[in-house]
Amino acid sequence: MSAPLLSVSDVHISYGKVEAVRSVSLEVGANRIVTIIGANGAGKTTLLNAMMGILPMKGRVSFGGVDMTQLDIEDRVARGLSLVPEHRELFGTMSVEDNLQLGSFRIAKSIAAQSFERVYALFPRLKERRRQLAGTLSGGEQQMLAMGRALMGAPKLLMLDEPSLGLAPLIVADIFRTVGELRDAGVSVLLVEQNAKAALKIADHAYVMELGEFVLDGPAAEIATNQQVVASYLGFQHAGASQT
Amino acid sequence: MNTTILLFLLQDGITNGAIYALLGLALVLVFAVTRVILIPQGEFVTYGALTYATLSAGQMPGTAQLAVAMGIVAFGIDLFLARKSLHAKRILRAFAVNVVFPCAILGLTCFFAGRHNTIAVNTALSLLIVAAIGLFLYRIAFQPIAHTSVLVLLIASVGCHLAMQGFGLVFFGAEGLRGPAISDAALTIGPLSFSGQSLAVYGITIAFMAGLWLFFDYTLYGKALRATAVNRLGARLVGIRTSLSGQLAFLLASVIGALSGILIVPITTLYYDTGFLIGLKGFIVAIIGGLVSYPVTAFAALGVGIVEAFSSFYASNFKEVIVFTLIIPVLVLRSLAAPEVEDEED
Amino acid sequence: MSRRFSILLFALIMAALPLIPDMPPFWIVLLDNIGLAALVAMGLVLLTGVGGLTSFGQAVFCGFGAYTTAVLTTQYGLSPWLTLPISLVVSGIAAVVLGIVTVRLSGHYLPLSTIAWGIGLYYLFSKLEFLGRNDGIGRVPPLQIGHYQMLDAGSIYYAIWFAVILSAILTLNLLDSRTGRGIRALRRGHIAAEAFGVKTGWAKLLVFIHAAVLAGLSGWLYAHFQRAVMPTPFGAQAGIEYLFIAVVGGAGYVWGGVLGAAIVVILKEVLQGYLPLIFGGQGQLEIIVFGIMLVALVQLAPGGVWPWLIGLLPFKDKVRRPDTSIALAAPARATILSGPLLRIDNARKQFGGVTAVNDVSFDVGAKEILALIGPNGAGKSTTFNLITGVLKATSGTVTFAGQPIIDAAPQAITQLGISRTFQHVKLVPDMTVLENVAIGAHLRGRSGAIASMLRLDRADEAALLAEAARQIERVGLGDQIDQLAGSLSLGQQRIVEIARALCVNPMLLLLDEPAAGLRHMEKQRLAALLRQLRDGGMSVLLVEHDMGFVMDLADRIVVLDFGTRIAEGTPKAIMSNPDVIKAYLGGAA
Repeated sequence: MSAPLLSVSDVHISYGKVEAVRSVSLEVGANRIVTIIGANGAGKTTLLNAMMGILPMKGRVSFGGVDMTQLDIEDRVARGLSLVPEHRELFGTMSVEDNLQLGSFRIAKSIAAQSFERVYALFPRLKERRRQLAGTLSGGEQQMLAMGRALMGAPKLLMLDEPSLGLAPLIVADIFRTVGELRDAGVSVLLVEQNAKAALKIADHAYVMELGEFVLDGPAAEIATNQQVVASYLGFQHAGASQT
Repeated sequence: MNTTILLFLLQDGITNGAIYALLGLALVLVFAVTRVILIPQGEFVTYGALTYATLSAGQMPGTAQLAVAMGIVAFGIDLFLARKSLHAKRILRAFAVNVVFPCAILGLTCFFAGRHNTIAVNTALSLLIVAAIGLFLYRIAFQPIAHTSVLVLLIASVGCHLAMQGFGLVFFGAEGLRGPAISDAALTIGPLSFSGQSLAVYGITIAFMAGLWLFFDYTLYGKALRATAVNRLGARLVGIRTSLSGQLAFLLASVIGALSGILIVPITTLYYDTGFLIGLKGFIVAIIGGLVSYPVTAFAALGVGIVEAFSSFYASNFKEVIVFTLIIPVLVLRSLAAPEVEDEED
Repeated sequence: MSRRFSILLFALIMAALPLIPDMPPFWIVLLDNIGLAALVAMGLVLLTGVGGLTSFGQAVFCGFGAYTTAVLTTQYGLSPWLTLPISLVVSGIAAVVLGIVTVRLSGHYLPLSTIAWGIGLYYLFSKLEFLGRNDGIGRVPPLQIGHYQMLDAGSIYYAIWFAVILSAILTLNLLDSRTGRGIRALRRGHIAAEAFGVKTGWAKLLVFIHAAVLAGLSGWLYAHFQRAVMPTPFGAQAGIEYLFIAVVGGAGYVWGGVLGAAIVVILKEVLQGYLPLIFGGQGQLEIIVFGIMLVALVQLAPGGVWPWLIGLLPFKDKVRRPDTSIALAAPARATILSGPLLRIDNARKQFGGVTAVNDVSFDVGAKEILALIGPNGAGKSTTFNLITGVLKATSGTVTFAGQPIIDAAPQAITQLGISRTFQHVKLVPDMTVLENVAIGAHLRGRSGAIASMLRLDRADEAALLAEAARQIERVGLGDQIDQLAGSLSLGQQRIVEIARALCVNPMLLLLDEPAAGLRHMEKQRLAALLRQLRDGGMSVLLVEHDMGFVMDLADRIVVLDFGTRIAEGTPKAIMSNPDVIKAYLGGAA
């Protein structure tokens, strides 16, 4: 079995005296979708941010065989790791096209042209609105733009932080379908989600996070039918949860 | 007040306004990218002007040595910050940028000082020296605290101003200086008489503004700078080195400042501390533009220049008082327009 | 060593210094200058460190003080003792005028405006005829007591240092009072303080005036020390130096101002003496050093010297346990004739095209705990903010005890008997638990600023602090009463917020995600406390994400999804409600 693309071991993240993430280890293989599900405040966003280099952490992050732990965000991006953060962090006063172009900042101009093609093919709506200012797009379009911008850099692994947040169900379905297409195109995805059902449907492997720790992990299909997951989500045992 | 005087005052106002516009633009740029309120912008003006004047008088400007000294300090800081992962390539690059570069400039300056050089050479040298100072200033004083609040950055900014103004006195003395004009020609159209220097001011100002506009709207680096200003985290996430953006912004600002100084030193005598006042007027203009909008800043600059020209004529004693108290209602309006923020960060 | 004793010791030492035989007069002059700078710095550390208002223009107020007395004594022959109150009043009025404009400014606009009027007024001073323009006013008479004239540095020394020590005491008194707590909440936690009735606009202006009057006092003393007044010491550079002193000494600490003044004045002397010897030549070289030091300080030691020094020395503030037997009059409350305590009727909030709260209705009765739950983005916090007056509703009503409160200001809502906690804990980290909780009782106190300074507020204070102490005991944090709020765990901080809310003597308690970030034991304690409060007659409305916490605690639950109420009932009913399960897990389970 080949070495995983992304390997994270024994991560501890603290805010002052509060330990937000405790002893977390995970792996993402090539061409796989891995999801981390859990309730609000479980520490999922904190974990992703630390893996990207935005927050300091103790532990080890290894990507493509290279130890990333001491690298800056910009260097991690250059090596093929990309993050679409919870608040998207778009350049609101710049056009869709400019946002996308900046996504290819680190890669060669020759590859950038191809990236544009690919992103517009994945998100035709962005092509329609390419001169529009990013801040004036709808929620779903902004999410697409954020993902498109990250994809412009031709990443090997894309981390998505709650892409479905605040979006209507139809758009969520659209976005998740696209995530599936990414895997087929050779991009691995690490997906953090509160919407467990949708995430578990497209993922290969899943981790369940609660209060800063992984309490469960396994193939997504198994996790989806697991009693414990439902209980941990709703805080109680529910009789009808096992019937899918 | 007859038409001649009116036109003369207008021309005076517009010439000064053009300079304030350039400075205002530089201040807006720096603030947008680094959140630094660049009080020392005035010192860039002084340094540019007086270095140029000193070179034109056939002497060696102390600013060249300052650039080297600052480069060495920047080199030291670079090494200290990278102490855990030092390797040859990194050291060499830091050395090249921080030490070799200013030393080369110093060497050039030594070569050319004392000779009778063309205006182009003196201008180029002055710009190079001040550009280096601007770059190292960011590196030493602001990059280490890039993540702190605007207020802390402002205090550091004031500290830099004090130090630089002090050095200005040491290098150039308390006497004012003037420099040679780019053009001694004079152009007369009807009742108006334009000096070659004023035309140079207009021309260069417009060229610069056009250049900046092209840079920001059409080049990738320009867009990257804007992106850093709009969303710092987003910029880092696409791989833009925000420290580089900061350095680039400071470089541009110092060149703009120096150029402004070189443009006006033939018209007005500049002293080691005049820059501060000119810089502050650039501020007023930038704040009217909300530290955000370039077009409003440019228009405000013309306005301030004209008000100053007329105050100078009618109430020259209180010229400064008028100009500075003008800013207060603007600040009030600007502040009311800005959203309320809970000051959790200190 | 108690604070009072250490101040007395300091005063005695300072009084004795000039009496040391063979004391070089040069050092006395130095100490005089330190004292003058210390007065300005004390006000500035308060302004910057406590009030969060960075000012580069304090030197201007020295100018007002100095010029007032110079003009009145030389041209109108008034006695300096008479011009003292006039100087202070003039500085105060200038502060009111400038302050009204300045304190409203947000963020970095404020310091920029201080630079602007600082320079503008300096130019004004130097251009006005009756102020002597750039030459200033000379032959200012010395201070005189009876026949004794304070002609030399040694005699005016006592006047200066008496002023310094008196000002320090008055300022410290001010900070340690009801008004003081309002001021100390300005930098962090002012949104919460406002909800409890602190008028932050007024507090900012007060600090501004206080600092200006201290600077004016310094100016008055300066005029009678130098016996001549010129514009130079009141310009931009002086203003920047004063800020430098505040940063060096330690913004926020009154004695930091004095220490900073001492360090900087002595440093300046040393540098002015030695730098020209080393570097030869002209120029105010010490300015370069100051500039570099300012940059370095901001990077390396932003807190200043005083806090570091204090950490080394054995100063321990006396532990204060208020006398909990002192009663505080209960505030007047509307009596509920009939109907629910709180009624939300078709509340709606639209942000542009987005409907965040969609005609939501529910009631909260007396003696009950109601939980508002729903998935992320359901509109819970927005609904909450409509009730607490933070947001204005697009339509609909909220009534409390029959009175409509839909568009009321947060203070008005507090006075009706509703108090709240915040999703992100809003305590003042540098104040003790007791002081933070006492803010909750702000509206039940009466003493103002002057009373605080003169210590005339002791009875009022004792009652307020007693109430705060009682509530702290009630929530079980009695042992932490003297600890700094910033040093407590998150769970404890949330409970402090509840104690603060209880000081309002509320009928309804509104809690915003009280369990977030708490560990299991802390949640148990919180739930027990809330049940206790309910049994004692209070109602609680809480917004929460933590289902386990809510299910065990609430009497009734209201569930929101996409801004609409989708279910209401007992926890048992909600648990098996299919709509609720669908909302959380998405799709039929």
